Amino acid sequence: MKGVSLKIDKGETKVIIGPSGGGKSTLLRCINLLIRPDSGQIFLDGEEITGEHVKLSEVRTEIGFVFQHFNLFMHLNALQNVKLGLTKVKKMSERSAEARALAALQDVGITGDLVNHYPAQLSGGQQQRVGIARALAMEPKVILLDEPTSALDPELIGEVLRVMEHLAESGATMLAVTHEIGFARKVADEIIFMADGVVTESGHPEELFLKPKQSRTKKFLGSITELYGVSREDEN
Amino acid sequence: MAILDLLIQYWPLFLQGFETTLILAATGFLLGVAIGLPTSILETYASKIVRWVAIAYVELIRGTPMLVQLFIIYYALPQLGIRFDAMTAAILGLGINSGAYQAEYFRGAMQSVQSGQMDAAISIGMTRAQALLNVILAQSLRLVIPAWTNEAVYLVQYSSVVYLIAVVELTGIGAIIGSRTFQYVAVYSIIALIYLATTLFIVKSSHSIERRTSIPGLKSSQEQRV
Amino acid sequence: MAALLSYLPYLLTGFYYTALLTAGGLALGFVIGILLAFAEIYLPAPVRGVAAAIDQVLRGIPLIVMFFLIYFGLPYAGITFPPAVAAALGLGLRSGGYQSQIFRSTLQSIGTGQLEAAQSIGLGRFDAYRHILLPQAIRLSIPAWSNEFTVVLKDTSMAYALGVSELLKQAANIVAITLEPLQIYLVVAAIYLIASLVINRGMNAIYERVKMPGLGGGAN
Repeated sequence: MKGVSLKIDKGETKVIIGPSGGGKSTLLRCINLLIRPDSGQIFLDGEEITGEHVKLSEVRTEIGFVFQHFNLFMHLNALQNVKLGLTKVKKMSERSAEARALAALQDVGITGDLVNHYPAQLSGGQQQRVGIARALAMEPKVILLDEPTSALDPELIGEVLRVMEHLAESGATMLAVTHEIGFARKVADEIIFMADGVVTESGHPEELFLKPKQSRTKKFLGSITELYGVSREDEN
Repeated sequence: MAILDLLIQYWPLFLQGFETTLILAATGFLLGVAIGLPTSILETYASKIVRWVAIAYVELIRGTPMLVQLFIIYYALPQLGIRFDAMTAAILGLGINSGAYQAEYFRGAMQSVQSGQMDAAISIGMTRAQALLNVILAQSLRLVIPAWTNEAVYLVQYSSVVYLIAVVELTGIGAIIGSRTFQYVAVYSIIALIYLATTLFIVKSSHSIERRTSIPGLKSSQEQRV
Repeated sequence: MAALLSYLPYLLTGFYYTALLTAGGLALGFVIGILLAFAEIYLPAPVRGVAAAIDQVLRGIPLIVMFFLIYFGLPYAGITFPPAVAAALGLGLRSGGYQSQIFRSTLQSIGTGQLEAAQSIGLGRFDAYRHILLPQAIRLSIPAWSNEFTVVLKDTSMAYALGVSELLKQAANIVAITLEPLQIYLVVAAIYLIASLVINRGMNAIYERVKMPGLGGGAN
């Protein structure tokens, strides 16, 4: 990445789009410090989290992360997956952890006996929703989503997008990297276009999609408009 | 029949030897776990110097014969003033040897657990240590079962080596009974059969353990030769 | 230090026997291994069963016990071998069991497609094995085989039980005279270590040379 600056206010939803290798996932992983940026600063709620004496594990409880490949804990069932952070990190009691976990799972539509299923017994869409519940249960200040639907079969994408839309509409602070333009148009407060390690353009969805200013943006959008249903008429 | 007569006459001795073999193999195995598991964690996660020491231990032990290691512990260490009785030396030798191999098996198993698991664990605020304990270990211990089975079989067989530092286990009993009856072939055939039966038992048990601890939905690992 | 140098010839003689035993054991193991592997995969069920049983037995008996069985047992068959040959036989039999496993798993990874192709141009099973499957299996097996190489090298030390003058026995003889076990046994350990390293490097180099382009493979 060659110099990126970004700001999200509480309750906002921002979506990053762009070609592969453009630095989008790297950016996300820098924010929850899975990758340590070589230079620059990151502030969460006014506090610098890239500082020297910051306890990373504590910071990460405030930042939720949803992975492209779900990364559910394979040896635990859905409920235990969501509970683990609550009991081991937040040190909640079994009872309250279970209650909160079940509520989070309910929010993403995983109910009944499904909560006792193991990741290998769940479909991709179900696994990703559990992943979202796991992040949500920690009650983070911001949620990062790294191409959450890219590893899903087409017919399973919808259920996850619906959960994400619901999340955005209920006031969560979200930063998502995704190719799902429809979702972005619907809920994003701002679209950020990244390519070759820099943000080349950003703006309100209507602006960016219909009247992109940079040629790079135009090129990218041109190659995916037919796929994602932004019709030719809209462009004019 | 020579074999049957021998069995009937000498079964207490055979049993005694077998017992000793099992004790040697079991304690060697446990010592191996106690040494190997921490070593593999150090090899992967510790600071440079500590990692180097761990790797050196593993490479040195795996590159030299167990018998040589036994001789060093039993015959050479006294030169430095460290004296062990034969049985202790045998267990130490087996354990230290097994530890190096087990470290490699654990290391392989931990690496097989996808890196995404670690990422997910620290993303919900766990420290690396917590992630290791709650997420990585639970999965790698299951993955290591086939290698552990091999190691258990290996230890039962190689425990026979301690015969050469005069510990009387099953093979040693063979020499004793053999020298009394001169029925060497019959005696060692019985002993071979006992070892074989033990090996088969270990392999069968491990298959059932693997089945019982398998994660629902995931296919249990097949004969993993690490 | 000077004393050490004077004993070097004896150690080298010992190493010479160690090398002979290793070579003999590996070679015999190789022959047994490829035959057993063939039988276990490509022959009809009853033969397969027998081969698998032999396999289990060869891998299920401790080496020392095998040494004794051969050494004491062969005279009954009218053959008397010097201990060294009995040791090589034992090493070879045990290695055969393990090598058959290596070849079996690489052969299985190659799959049946090529066998079917060979049969469809009229090659018999054994010929197909000899000319098509085995050459590939051997190449793919080199990494695992290199491991077996060092295992046999280290196992030669157990020929001590039969009094064979391999490296360790020679070392013990020297220690009986000098009463300095630490020095001698550490040197012996170093010799084995260096030999193992050389073998691994050598096998790696060979593997790089003969591996089929595009197929990393490796029986591990």
